[in-house]
Amino acid sequence: MIRAFGTFAGLLLIVALTLALFGLPVGHSLSLMAQGAFGDKLAITRTLVKTIPLTITGMGIVVAWRAGMYNIGGEGQFVAGGLAGCLIATPLRDSAVPAWIAVLLILAASVVGGGLWGGIAGWLKNRRGVDVVISTILLNFIAIQLLAWLVAGPLRDVKSGLPLTPELPEGMMLPRFDRQTDLHAGIFVAVLAVAVVYVFLYLTKAGFRTRLVGAGESAARANRIDADRVRANAMLISGALCGLAGGVEYAGVAGQLGTSFAQGWGFLAIPVALLGGLHPIWVFLSALYFGALFAGSRSLAGFTDQGTTLIYIIQAAAVLGLIGLRAVGGKRRIQAEVA
Amino acid sequence: MDLAVLLVYAAPIALAALGELISQKSGVINIGLEGMMLLGAFFGMLAAYLTGSPWLGLGLGVSVGIAASLASGWFCISLGADQVVVGTAVNLFALGLTGSLFRARFGASGQLLSLPKLPQFFGIDPVILLMIASIPAVWWLLAKTGWGLVVRSAGEYPKATEAAGFSVNKFRFQAVAIGGAFAGLAGAYLSIGVAGSFAENMTNGRGFIAIAMVTFGRWKPLFVFLAAVLIGFFDSLQYLLQAKGVQVPSQLMLALPYVVALLVLVIVGKGTSAPASLGVAYRRED
Repeated sequence: MIRAFGTFAGLLLIVALTLALFGLPVGHSLSLMAQGAFGDKLAITRTLVKTIPLTITGMGIVVAWRAGMYNIGGEGQFVAGGLAGCLIATPLRDSAVPAWIAVLLILAASVVGGGLWGGIAGWLKNRRGVDVVISTILLNFIAIQLLAWLVAGPLRDVKSGLPLTPELPEGMMLPRFDRQTDLHAGIFVAVLAVAVVYVFLYLTKAGFRTRLVGAGESAARANRIDADRVRANAMLISGALCGLAGGVEYAGVAGQLGTSFAQGWGFLAIPVALLGGLHPIWVFLSALYFGALFAGSRSLAGFTDQGTTLIYIIQAAAVLGLIGLRAVGGKRRIQAEVA
Repeated sequence: MDLAVLLVYAAPIALAALGELISQKSGVINIGLEGMMLLGAFFGMLAAYLTGSPWLGLGLGVSVGIAASLASGWFCISLGADQVVVGTAVNLFALGLTGSLFRARFGASGQLLSLPKLPQFFGIDPVILLMIASIPAVWWLLAKTGWGLVVRSAGEYPKATEAAGFSVNKFRFQAVAIGGAFAGLAGAYLSIGVAGSFAENMTNGRGFIAIAMVTFGRWKPLFVFLAAVLIGFFDSLQYLLQAKGVQVPSQLMLALPYVVALLVLVIVGKGTSAPASLGVAYRRED
């Protein structure tokens, strides 16, 4: 509890410092951001809408990184998931399939698409020894260009002049809570993802193996675990979750794909997951915190050009601050053991 | 395509990759390369824009690259933090800082600047000459000098380095700083020499490509350079094909360098030429 409070206070301090460094009035900016993040019903739903993709991609990052697979490719997997969802939505649109089944099929397709994209990296690591960091980064760029090509060409809505896919009919979108706000049923998917990842990591044998492999090759070998297989599975699950986030964003918020579909949720999930200590529950809280920051930063846009770019600095400073604190704490512990 | 033009396009990736090579040889993988290039690009642009001197621009770019690498080195080397985590944070930090500063100074709409140009000697600018000279220089430094020997041993088996009386961390810091200087120069050259302007996130993955090229080039300066030129060729292929009137979707052409880089890594695999302690922090047992 004290740790959580300390983290929160530290994060607030970083936010205030960043604002001050850029010459913004700290108190006024903070109250504007708080207003934009929690001020009224609209603000709260805005925070939650941004929390959804951060949480689901964050869970994807947790699974991979806990297995020691540095998946930097959340963005590419997110895009692959959205694309797969869009691909399956096209024939479903004019079919007799009930709308709620169509929504589920879209989400299922996004899981497959993202899993495939993540799985490629896992496969390359095991079979060809290609470093996951490098392969997932390259796969990000490939996915983003693939998206740009598909929305400008094959998947483009012929009726519109813009590079956008046709809009999903209302019935094939995730249901919303009310008409005024954007909050959609994806919030349940996010909470479910947190629960599933928690149960997987801490209550199943496969999850235990995953954590063991991530903790070190030797511990895994001593327990006769096929580390390659565990890592490949972790990349599959991780990609599937990031892909699911893409599907939820497509069927929950966007309704159509354009080049702006790749908004960087997959990248931002990495600091979110790190600040949550790669533990599902804490990562969820971390996603809520940054969801609020992103929602709040929009109110800053009224009187400064920065806004979202400031959040990147805050995220990076928070991660580095945490590393620094942990390293200092770790050193003390080692010294204490020696003494 | 004109070779001189190709070299200009390939230079940011080639310079960054040569620096990354030195850093990796010492055992430190700099995932923050992309961010350091971006910092070099922004501050290089700023100095060149404000003073009117491209030289001061390149100089500030190099200095910022060194500063960023020392800061990141403090986390990775002194504190022994995970190099991928620190590098990811550096990238995000650079993206946020350059984006915020650029918007604060030039507005959010993305103003097109005109920066002072570098002088040309026989159609080639001095940075290209420096790049070509650094291929044998980096090779000589790593393969033929005592310093290079210690750096390589720090990347292979740091315990032995320490036992021989050298400070692993000191040599890693030096290697990382040289890498940072190259990254800063690569970024500043991108904004001043190649684009003549600055845009948010203008490195657009070149730093990551450079890291991939170090693996592709088997940690050998000449091969790393050739790999970067090959990618530069694929990068410029879209303009070449367009000029010839060949109809290829531009987005697929943009994906080509990444696809080629990935395919090449798939074909060559990891092999055994990677430094044995790459990515592993060294903790002295005292």
